[in-house]
Amino acid sequence: MKKVFELEDLDCANCAAKMEAAINKIDGVIEAKVSFMTQKLTIEADEKDFDKILKAAQKAIKKVEPDCRIIL
Amino acid sequence: MKRKDKKQLCRIVVSALLLALISAIEKIWSFPFSLKAFGFDLLPLLAYLIPYIPVGYAVLFKAARNIAHGQVFDENFLMSIATVGAFATGEYAEAVFVMLFYQVGELFEHIAVGKSRNAIKSLLSIRADTAYIEKEDGELYEVECEEISVGDIITVKAGGRIPLDGVIVEGKSALNTVALTGESLPREVNVGDEALSGCVNEGGMLKIRVTKPFSESTVSRILALVENSAENKSKSEDFITRFARIYTPAVVIGAALLAILPPVFIGVGDASVWREWVMRAMTFLVISCPCALVISVPLSYFGGIGSASRRGILIKGSNYLDALSRCDTVVFDKTGTLTEGVFKVTEVSATAGETEKSILSIASAAEKYSTHPIAGAIRKYCEENGIEESGSLRDIEEISGFGVKAGCDGGILLVGNTRMMRDNGINTPEILGGAAVFIAFNEKYLGHILLADLPKANARESVEKMKKIGIKNAIMLSGDRKSEAEYVASTLSLDSYRAELLPGDKVSSLEDVIKGSSGLVAYVGDGINDAPVLARADVGIAMGALGSDAAIEAADIVLMDDNLDKISDAILLSRRTRRIVMQNIVFALGVKAAALILGALGLVGLGVAIFADVGVAVIAILNSMRNLKQ
Repeated sequence: MKKVFELEDLDCANCAAKMEAAINKIDGVIEAKVSFMTQKLTIEADEKDFDKILKAAQKAIKKVEPDCRIIL
Repeated sequence: MKRKDKKQLCRIVVSALLLALISAIEKIWSFPFSLKAFGFDLLPLLAYLIPYIPVGYAVLFKAARNIAHGQVFDENFLMSIATVGAFATGEYAEAVFVMLFYQVGELFEHIAVGKSRNAIKSLLSIRADTAYIEKEDGELYEVECEEISVGDIITVKAGGRIPLDGVIVEGKSALNTVALTGESLPREVNVGDEALSGCVNEGGMLKIRVTKPFSESTVSRILALVENSAENKSKSEDFITRFARIYTPAVVIGAALLAILPPVFIGVGDASVWREWVMRAMTFLVISCPCALVISVPLSYFGGIGSASRRGILIKGSNYLDALSRCDTVVFDKTGTLTEGVFKVTEVSATAGETEKSILSIASAAEKYSTHPIAGAIRKYCEENGIEESGSLRDIEEISGFGVKAGCDGGILLVGNTRMMRDNGINTPEILGGAAVFIAFNEKYLGHILLADLPKANARESVEKMKKIGIKNAIMLSGDRKSEAEYVASTLSLDSYRAELLPGDKVSSLEDVIKGSSGLVAYVGDGINDAPVLARADVGIAMGALGSDAAIEAADIVLMDDNLDKISDAILLSRRTRRIVMQNIVFALGVKAAALILGALGLVGLGVAIFADVGVAVIAILNSMRNLKQ
C-alpha cells in the first residue's frame, strides 16, 4: 500500500534527505520518499503494519527535525 | 511573511540594535568600568552576550536537543560551535555578528523557500477538490470529489472547474483547457461530448455524468505524474545527495585538523597561535552545510517540470529533462505526428468528356460500399462540397486492398487503386504526392482523385524552429509508401526519412539513428502504436495525449495536445533548467571552495564564511526560482 502524507514545518532540505534515509530503514517499509519542495512524505509498506510504521516514521522525523510533524 | 518569520525578524532587529549600541559604547568609552574575575575582565563578554541571546538561544537550544537525538553534524550545532568558539577566543563582536548574519540568511532562505513552495502550489492548483451534486430536493450540495462514484451526475457552474472526467448530459458551453494543454482557445462542447477534469467551464451550467473516479481522472493523473517526477532523479541530483553526505563530515574533520595541527607545529604553548587557528577552523565549520545545493538543484528541476506542465508538457522526471537538453536529433513518426493523421482530397482530375464533379459523384456512389478510410474521406469531401452521388449501382463487390467493382448503366464501374486498374488491363498515369483513387468505366479510364494525409499547418515552421535552436537532424520514420513519405519529408525540409517500415522495423531504424548520432535522440510519436519505439529512444515524447492513458504510460515526456511547437519549447526549457542547475552547482561549490581556502590561509573571517553558507543558498534559490516564473 502506498500513502502520501503532508509534512508540517519541514524547514531544512538536508533534514528531508536524512528523514528519507531514516524512514527507509524502518522494518517493513518498501520505499519512502520525502519531498522538501512539496512537503510530502510517501510511504509504501505492507498494509497490516502500516500504523506501526507510521508511528516509527513520525519518531524518525522528530529525531531529525523536532518541530516537523506528519499531518494525519 | 509568516508569523514565525516575523518573530525572527524582530529578534534580528533587536539584536542588531543592541550590537550597534554595545560596540559604540566600547569604541567611545572602552567600557567605563571593569568586572574582574578569574584574572580576566568579564564585562565585555557579558555585554556582548546581550545581543547574542535573542538570535543565538534558539540555535544553541536546537543544537543541544539534536545532539541528544544523535544528530551531530547539523547546522545548529556547527553554528553553535563556531560562535561559542569565537566567544572563547575573545572575538565577542564577531561572534554576535556571525550569529546575526546567519539568522538573516536563514530568514531569507525561509522566505525564498516559502515563495517557491507557493509558486509550485499555484502551478499545480488545477484541481477542484469538491463537486456539486443535485439532490432530490433540487438543491445543489457540495461533495468531496473522493466520495463521488462513476455514474453520478455532477453540476458544474459557469466559471467553475470540472472536478472529474465525464460526459456532458445537459447544457452546452465552451471549455477552457489551458490548464491541461496550454492552449487558451476554448473548445465548444455539447451534450454527449467528453468533459475532462481540470478544464474551466466558460459558458453556461453543465451537467456531467462521471465516467472515472477522482483518483483516475485526468487532472489527478497529471498532478500525480508531476509530483512523482521528483522520484526520477537526474545525475546532478544524485551527485548532490552523495556529495552532501560526505561534504559535511569532511569539512568538519578539516576544521579539527586546522585547529590542532598548525599550532602543534608552530607553537604549542602560545595562546595567540591557538586562538588564530581555532578562529580559522571556525570559518570551516560555518561553510560546512551543503544546504545551498541540496535545496537549489531539486528546486530548479521542479521549477522546470512545473512550468512545463503549465504549458501542457508533462515531464516524468528530471533525468528526462536533462536528457532532452542533450538531444541533437529528433526522430518523428509521420502519421498523426507530422501530419494530421487523416486523409483529405487534394486533387481531382478528369479526362476529356468528364468533369471533376462527375468523377466525384461516381466515386462517391461506389465508395459508399467501402469501409476504407480513403472511401470515407472521398464521401466527406463530396458532402462538404455539396456533390451528390450519381448512378444506380448493382452487383457491388468490395475487393479488399484494391477498391470497389460494380455494375452500372449496362457496364462495369471500377473505383480503386493502380493495382486494380492494372489487373483489369487499364493504364493509369503515375501520380505522386499521396494515395490516388482511379475511376474507370467499361475499361475506359475516366479520371482520378488524389488523397493525402497533409502535414500539420505549423509543421514546417516547427521543424525550422527546432533547426534554429540547434537540433542537427530531423528524421521521419513512416510505414507509408516511399512516394508519400518523400512528399512530406521534402515539404517539411527534413534531413532524412525512412519509409515502408513495418512496426517492428521502426525500433531497428531508430537504433541505427542512435548509433549514428553524437548527441542523444528524441523520438516523437502518438504513443498508441509506437510504445516500443518510445521506450527505446533516449527521450520518448508522446503527442496528443489528452485523454489517452496508453500514451501517458509509454512516454518519458507527454504533450497533452498535438502542437509540434511544444517540442522546441520543451527543449529550450530543458536547456535553461540545465543551465540554472550548472550555474548553481558551480557558483555554490566555487564560493565554498574559495572561502575554505581563504579561510585556511586566514585571509577571510567568519563574515565571508557566513556569506558562503547562507548567502550562497539564498542566491542559488533565487536563481532557481527564475525557472518557476516562466
